[in-house]
Amino acid sequence: MVTVEDFGQFETTWCPGCGNFSILSSLKKTLSALDIAPHEVVISSGIGQAAKMPHYLKCHMFNGLHGRSLPVAQGMKMANPDMKVLCVSGDGCSYGEGGNHFLAAIRRNMDITLLVHDNQIYGLTKGQASPTTERGHVTKAQPAGAPSEAFNPVSVAVAMKASFVARAFSGEPDHLVDVMTQAMNHTGFSLVDILQPCVSFNKVNTFAWYKERTYFLEEHDPTNWAAAMEKSDEFGDRIPLGVLYRNDRPIFPVHDRLALHEYDTNDLKAVVQSYT
Amino acid sequence: MQDTSFNIVIGGAAGQGLATIGRLFSKGSTRAGYHLLVNQKYMSRVRGGHNTFAIRFGPDPIVGPTESIDILVALNAETLALHEANLTSRAIVIAGDDLETDAANVLRIPFKTLAPKPLFHNTVALGVLGAVVCLDAEILERLLTETFAKKGESVVQANIDVLRSAYAWVTSQEYTFPCVAPSEKDGERIMINGNEAIALGALAAGCNFLSFYPMTPATSVAMTLIEKGGPLGLVYEQVEDEIAAVNMAIGASYAGARAAVTTSGGGLALMVEGLSLAGVSETPLVCMVVQRPGPATGMATRTEQGDLNLVLYAGHGEFPRAVFAPADPEECFYLMHRAFDLAERFQVPVFVLSDQYLADSYRSLEPFDIETLPHTARPMLDADAAEYKRYLLTEDGVSPRLVPGSTKALVRADSHEHDEDSVITEDGLNRMMQNTKRLNKEYGLWDEVVEPDYYGEDTPDVLLVSWGSTLGACLDAMEMADFGKSVGVLHFKQVWPLLEDTFIDYLEESGTVITVEGNATGQFSKLIAQETGFIIREYILRFDGRPMSAEYVLAGLNTILETME
Repeated sequence: MVTVEDFGQFETTWCPGCGNFSILSSLKKTLSALDIAPHEVVISSGIGQAAKMPHYLKCHMFNGLHGRSLPVAQGMKMANPDMKVLCVSGDGCSYGEGGNHFLAAIRRNMDITLLVHDNQIYGLTKGQASPTTERGHVTKAQPAGAPSEAFNPVSVAVAMKASFVARAFSGEPDHLVDVMTQAMNHTGFSLVDILQPCVSFNKVNTFAWYKERTYFLEEHDPTNWAAAMEKSDEFGDRIPLGVLYRNDRPIFPVHDRLALHEYDTNDLKAVVQSYT
Repeated sequence: MQDTSFNIVIGGAAGQGLATIGRLFSKGSTRAGYHLLVNQKYMSRVRGGHNTFAIRFGPDPIVGPTESIDILVALNAETLALHEANLTSRAIVIAGDDLETDAANVLRIPFKTLAPKPLFHNTVALGVLGAVVCLDAEILERLLTETFAKKGESVVQANIDVLRSAYAWVTSQEYTFPCVAPSEKDGERIMINGNEAIALGALAAGCNFLSFYPMTPATSVAMTLIEKGGPLGLVYEQVEDEIAAVNMAIGASYAGARAAVTTSGGGLALMVEGLSLAGVSETPLVCMVVQRPGPATGMATRTEQGDLNLVLYAGHGEFPRAVFAPADPEECFYLMHRAFDLAERFQVPVFVLSDQYLADSYRSLEPFDIETLPHTARPMLDADAAEYKRYLLTEDGVSPRLVPGSTKALVRADSHEHDEDSVITEDGLNRMMQNTKRLNKEYGLWDEVVEPDYYGEDTPDVLLVSWGSTLGACLDAMEMADFGKSVGVLHFKQVWPLLEDTFIDYLEESGTVITVEGNATGQFSKLIAQETGFIIREYILRFDGRPMSAEYVLAGLNTILETME
């Protein structure tokens, strides 16, 4: 039996009150409830406060570059399909720097889970607008207000018929565990966009702001694409939480563990022979 | 030296099938036991433009391309206009009877009479060419059978009929051209180009993962891996961009794959940050870089050796690497194999730096010796979970690399500075120790350096220094040089690390030292100066997008020697 304690207890560099804490403890609960042991899971992360997550967990990890957690994770999955592969990173990392990889990963549909800590701001670099910052939101870097429309990750994912799309909130940890569990049990690319207050740099989208607006999806059929499209667009006075959309699209073809693979010399000789 | 070779140039527009004629003829020559060297020039377009497929072939080994033409096969008028000036005194021109030419020795093919429809014009041209050099028609017939087998018996027979009528037509014509001397066949040969040989070398080393974004002239490495790698267990993906390619390969390598990326300079420019990640995370990675002229998009289908500096310095921060520069397809194969072994043993990025000329240059050679290839290193599959430290401080800088998922030991890799357990830390002493650990791998790489090859007599009056694909032109120039001075060639097939002790005597003891490079600034000679303090003052540099040739080297040599007198 795997327990929460198996994933260790570490000192973090997060600010007191940060939404990341609840996401970390929810992830530990999810992994232990699913009986996934530390050596059975690998976390690929990018750069940012959220991307430090694997440092605070006992598990295999590859803490790589800003925005590049998905390509690394997909390489791992292709090399070893037996691994449980998670990607953990923030909104800037996943939707800004890694935007192209986000779109490509949805299309490829490998069996991996992407957890995005979405606080609508850059925290580690101290308060610049992120791709999900709402238009007009004033920051030190955008003193006249963020000039661009916010990126809606769940709408884009649903529009692309991603195989699993959910939204959760760090202030609702039980629901978050439930959504993470569904995401990890889903076969295919699963996105969980996790709303999370940045207590230091986002004075607009606070804990209270999310708490006031979020509600749990009920009587929503996640296999209904048109309904999911409509729900995914809801972000303002009311923000739905839960599984917005899922399907059973075919996943990316899988192979044997490449580390164990040795070719047959006769096959190589045949290849050379084909050039005579 | 008696030149026993003939240089055939087939010219025409893209889409006219000149590469098909060239490849079939080359393959036929290979099977007949001839040596050959192909130099392909093409434009960045799918149809039209002016392309050439040049085959230098003969009974004796051939190392470099030549600019003079013995047989010109013109598929359009432009070919005649562009190349007639390069015809040798014995040259013959083969052209359609609708083309105008003033050449003295011409075979004007009545395509309409010899072929039932335009589809067969390639086979007509192949037959005429084969007959002129007295290549056994049966060899070409067998090739046509293999080539068209999939299209059915009737297509095969129609092509063979056309080939036979072309051979028969040639015997009825009046022209002068000597048959090529028969070759002394020394066993079965393969016909392969640089990119194919790179791909086969990778497969021979156990490469089983490729992530790539298509970019000329590197694409055919990926295409060959995909075509031939299936039975050998290759897993691959065409990704969204080069940034994804390098990061995906690093992820796969971390998880135990033998991973590679293929690209050209522009793609490598995008991969730079990922190379730095491979460096700090100590993840093995092999980069096959096939150069074309830059900066930026440059000339997409031409050749250059302009990216040496990029490859030497790509990646921020300091970390070790190795860079190989093969001269020919044979070196492409064996150096590629070695690259994978070094990448795994030292957990560093290793580059194989080729160029468009070598990429598309077919040669006929003895099949690669699979049996005697050394074993390539592999990561560990077992470790004690309590003891295992991914970044253990070791004397030689190489820490135990374990495949995650093999045991309960956790494998934790990081792009930040980290301690032995991969915990992020800014501790100064730890930083020094980890950085020194990584850089210490350089000493191990020194022990593995492939020393430069020297050709020629001791202490020559003139020493040509080549690297990568310029070797052939230098060797040809050495043979052809006729100005009362002895010429030697010093060739580097590994350009980093450079070990002064392995070559400085050649530089110091030769008369005039000249670097021969396919770039405008003499990047390699500057690297030698940086590493040894020996300043090479004379250069023969080519950067018009065309490969180095003996004629170009000799012209450069003449200029240099005249200036010195």
